[in-house]
Amino acid sequence: MGTSATPALEIRNVSLSFKGVKAISDLSFRVEKQEICALIGPNGAGKSSLLNIINGVYVPDSGEIVFEGERFQCMQPIDAARRGIGRGFQNNALFSGMSVIDNVIAGLSRHSRVTLVEEMLRLPRALSEERDFHERARAVLHIFDLEKHANTPVGTLPYGVQKKVEMARAIVGEPKILLLDEPLAGMNAAEKQEIATIIQRLNTELKLTIVLIEHDVGIVLKLAHHVVVLDYGRKLADGVPATIRDNPDVIAAYIGSEHSEVAA
Amino acid sequence: MSMFLETLIGGLLAGAMYSLVAIGFVLIYKASGVFNYAQGSILLFGALTFVTLTENGVPAYGAIAITIALLIATAIAVEKLLLRPLTNRSPMTLFMATLGLSYVVEGVAQGIMGSQVRALNLGIEDLPIFIGDILISQFDLMAAGVALALVIALSLLFNRTRIGIQLRGVADDTRAALSLGIDINRIWQIVWAVAGIVGLVAGLLWGARQGVQFSLSLVVLKALPVLIIGGFTSIPGAIVGGLIVGAGESLAETYIGPFLGGGITPWFAYALALVFLFIRPSGLFGERSIERV
Repeated sequence: MGTSATPALEIRNVSLSFKGVKAISDLSFRVEKQEICALIGPNGAGKSSLLNIINGVYVPDSGEIVFEGERFQCMQPIDAARRGIGRGFQNNALFSGMSVIDNVIAGLSRHSRVTLVEEMLRLPRALSEERDFHERARAVLHIFDLEKHANTPVGTLPYGVQKKVEMARAIVGEPKILLLDEPLAGMNAAEKQEIATIIQRLNTELKLTIVLIEHDVGIVLKLAHHVVVLDYGRKLADGVPATIRDNPDVIAAYIGSEHSEVAA
Repeated sequence: MSMFLETLIGGLLAGAMYSLVAIGFVLIYKASGVFNYAQGSILLFGALTFVTLTENGVPAYGAIAITIALLIATAIAVEKLLLRPLTNRSPMTLFMATLGLSYVVEGVAQGIMGSQVRALNLGIEDLPIFIGDILISQFDLMAAGVALALVIALSLLFNRTRIGIQLRGVADDTRAALSLGIDINRIWQIVWAVAGIVGLVAGLLWGARQGVQFSLSLVVLKALPVLIIGGFTSIPGAIVGGLIVGAGESLAETYIGPFLGGGITPWFAYALALVFLFIRPSGLFGERSIERV
């Protein structure tokens, strides 16, 4: 992943604090187009806070976000979604009472141009949009091998399957960048492998830029093109996986000095 | 036996009207996490507008259309002036805001349209009829029919439209809904407008029964036990809760009333709700935790 003229996303000198406690201090890095960028670091390093800044949930105290060449100091989550920032959450945030297909259709909301009146009167424009959304949702279910669950209420499915539904919902709207918060957490080895493969396919086949937070360093080093290591809200290291693996600061802070025999 | 059935059916039909009032609360509670104290005043406002228009010679259909347009405008105003500035405030702040809203709506409505009792004739005969050997109020039967039609319309709206999907999404997980680009402000406007229309229907039915006047806004207080029994977050809960309260009141008045010297109806629903608070505080269909986090 060479350094192109305009990165997909650039974080510039971003700081954030909660009631005086610094969560992120003066953080800067860039995410190139079509790369998988992994954020790693111990709990409380500020990783989730950073994702929340990128998709507009938190407003940084200072610094700015540059997305697709446009600069933002703050933006509302709805604007972030409309500009093409997709998001998956830690522990999932699905609409648990709804069926799988309805969850995925909800992911197309930002593309809807039809009014409630048109829908209630079942006017042609509403019907054609409905058909179109259904087809797009079905196509995404196919990518994730979820067709057999289309009409199942999401809340009744196992966690690993729910995670796939959440990712399907996040990408169906064709975002330009996808933020994933611990997509592999709470899964067994086989499920992890499946999700990792899907992430890789989204990146290569759909040309999706992906920023993800993950604790499983083994998978991160294989999956990501670019790794940013955070500790106490500061950037500890930033580079390709090979340089991260050998960085002594990272080994000390993240992998832990008491387990130095593992790192060596 | 026929006396028991008559009491039960009469109670269930009256209960359908309680359900209607409670549904207005549930819609707003689910979508915006607010216990909307102003639902009663909006109900009064709707009924009062309709009566005033028809008294001034506007035909019923026109009056309905104008009233609905006004309710939609109110919903948009409430969202822009009240909900949007108070986003992310505590449920208690929002509750207090709706308390204030209820005074404004009541005051404006009565200031413009007067506070005397107005008769409302919906053209439904209120004579009891026999079905088999059971005597049933025609009006109650009609009211229950209207309530049923409204519930079916709501369930189509929620389950068959994409706006419905967005509505349920916002109710289920606001954070996720926002991340998908669902326009939550528009959803609130729609929900408040729909709750206003549900309130109008309830207001017209109650108004035809007891006259359109200030006390109509106090049906809020009757909705509270219904919500406690059914759960604040469930429309089926509001329906079942309303039916339980209606049937319970009617049966209690007939069978327990004579032993207590009558006059059970005004407090029976609250006693029943109290029992539910002890054994099932989230209601029959409610989510476990009532507080939104």
